[in-house]
Amino acid sequence: MNNKQSWIDQRFPLSKVINEHLAEYYTPRNFNFWYFFGGLAVVMLIMQLVTGIFLTMHYKPDAEYAFASVEYIMRDVEWGWFIRYMHSTGASAFFVIIYLHMMRALLYGSYKGPRELIWILGMVLYILLLAEAFMGYVLPWGQMSFWGAQVIISLFGSVPIVGPDLLVWILGDYAVGDATLNRFFSLHVVVIPLILVVLVFLHIVALHHVGSNNPDGIEIKKNKDADGIPKDGIPFHPYFTIKDSVVVVGFLWIFCAVVFYAPALNGYFLEAPNFIEANPLKTPEHIAPLWYLTPYYSVLRAIPPLFGSQFPGVLGMFAALGVFFLLPWLDRSPVKSIRYRSPIYKWILGTFVISFIMLGWLGVQPVTPLYVLLARIFTTLYFSFFILMPWFSTLGKTKEVPERVTG
Amino acid sequence: MRIKLKLIVGLSVLLFSVNIFAASKVHLDHANTDIFDEASLQNGAKLFMNYCSGCHEISLMRYNRIAKDLNLTEEHVAKNLMFAGNKVGEAITTAMPEDGAAKWFGGVPPDLSLVSRSKGTDWIYTYLRSFYDDEERIFGVNNTVLVNASMPDVLWSLRESQSEEEFDQSVLDITNFLDYVGEPAKLIRLKLGKWVLLFLGILFILTYMLKKEYWKDVKYGIWRPRD
Repeated sequence: MNNKQSWIDQRFPLSKVINEHLAEYYTPRNFNFWYFFGGLAVVMLIMQLVTGIFLTMHYKPDAEYAFASVEYIMRDVEWGWFIRYMHSTGASAFFVIIYLHMMRALLYGSYKGPRELIWILGMVLYILLLAEAFMGYVLPWGQMSFWGAQVIISLFGSVPIVGPDLLVWILGDYAVGDATLNRFFSLHVVVIPLILVVLVFLHIVALHHVGSNNPDGIEIKKNKDADGIPKDGIPFHPYFTIKDSVVVVGFLWIFCAVVFYAPALNGYFLEAPNFIEANPLKTPEHIAPLWYLTPYYSVLRAIPPLFGSQFPGVLGMFAALGVFFLLPWLDRSPVKSIRYRSPIYKWILGTFVISFIMLGWLGVQPVTPLYVLLARIFTTLYFSFFILMPWFSTLGKTKEVPERVTG
Repeated sequence: MRIKLKLIVGLSVLLFSVNIFAASKVHLDHANTDIFDEASLQNGAKLFMNYCSGCHEISLMRYNRIAKDLNLTEEHVAKNLMFAGNKVGEAITTAMPEDGAAKWFGGVPPDLSLVSRSKGTDWIYTYLRSFYDDEERIFGVNNTVLVNASMPDVLWSLRESQSEEEFDQSVLDITNFLDYVGEPAKLIRLKLGKWVLLFLGILFILTYMLKKEYWKDVKYGIWRPRD
């Protein structure tokens, strides 16, 4: 054993880990606003885990008591309202952050080689997070919890041949009820969080292996000084730990403004009908999933049934998520960053972002002929972005990428 | 068969999640409630316990929580507001039997603990002021906000003994009380919020200054652009 090492380092590579991931992890110096959100997502994950642990101490996963137990947390548990609002606001905040995090990848081509695996891990995380949020929303057992679950789970019943059996297998019963609530509780508090934590770990390990991308889309590792340190890199700690701390405090200010002054955010974070206990005999007037699921819900509604089966719509919805996985191989542009892409690419990316936002907005609207038409147009634009990408990503003149990072 | 039926129901809900009851979107008057108006809350509690609690529970609320939040003594609450319960620590339920209620009103009157959150204060305020005579209905009244409501106009005696303004104020007090009952924590969070934001604001400035200090290294110091 090396006696110059500390007691721990002789037994565990502590200094090595700290150096590789913090003190000697060289990060591009030109990170901008769009690079805030990875760190914030980690903060959000921890906040959801911690508040979730305390909620689990008081919540009862039983169709008879679930609704009242949430209100018990809101009224009788010391600071229960604060923990619950942090958790419910946290779910929406998490998605705001994740969508901006994904937008960063689209803007600066972070999904392109050598970061394909980071992107794929990130997409798996995103889909698991959608499932986690959906199941969490069922737990308060309000009207929207129940009927949202009813609508989304019944989609699986439209799968040809195995659909009905699949449905019973998922529900654990012939209808959404106590059995469904119990298994969703188990999945929400144990299974998915465990997988999320492991995948976040892998996502970060993969990132630190290849190094961070940056707004110029340049590999800083290609320009190293005599000591083998990237010339455009600075140590993650202390420079980005302190910078991210500023970001976290700023984020918490906005977060707390919502928690203390508008925890329901006008029905977008906590829907009014969800303050009525689940009633299988009474369908709410208007069922809409929470805002972060609505783009895919719109795709589902936009695709017309085939032979009386809703299955094409269901396929379309999952395809809308799955197609993201192919992004690294669909993009054939020689440059990564939007800064050096062709003007036509900028317009097309803009159209895609607008389509995604519009699909999200349409997902909370009632179905009218005009809205169906719009949803179909935006669904077409959404998929065209991916299908036509191998073609349009090579179009137009790209700008010359500088040798070194700018700004 | 059952699964098929459920599927059809589920998918039709999904496909036609249209607001088919859009007609229920009547104009609602704005309820200018203020849950920090203690006198209004106390009066609202009194009116609610006298006129509403005979049929409607607020079972998620306890008598002693009302005493504490509304600055009343537990003895006062036990003596003046507690008609159905025995102990001030109990939830506020109603003495009316459920099967009786179903027979008399065609359904159990809903628990109002969260009505301010599911329907909104404007709805409550307008609903309670929107009864009109209708001989067709069993109680002789109907309501423009909730058409064919099975609830009698329980506030009629108030309406007749008070001026229009006084009556509106009484209804506003009940609405205010129900707003508080919907979320008692609102009293805490609204008071606390500004201090939390002030603290985070100061922390933000300090953290930002610290960041500036560190990043001098990056701009001019050991980590300035190296070539």
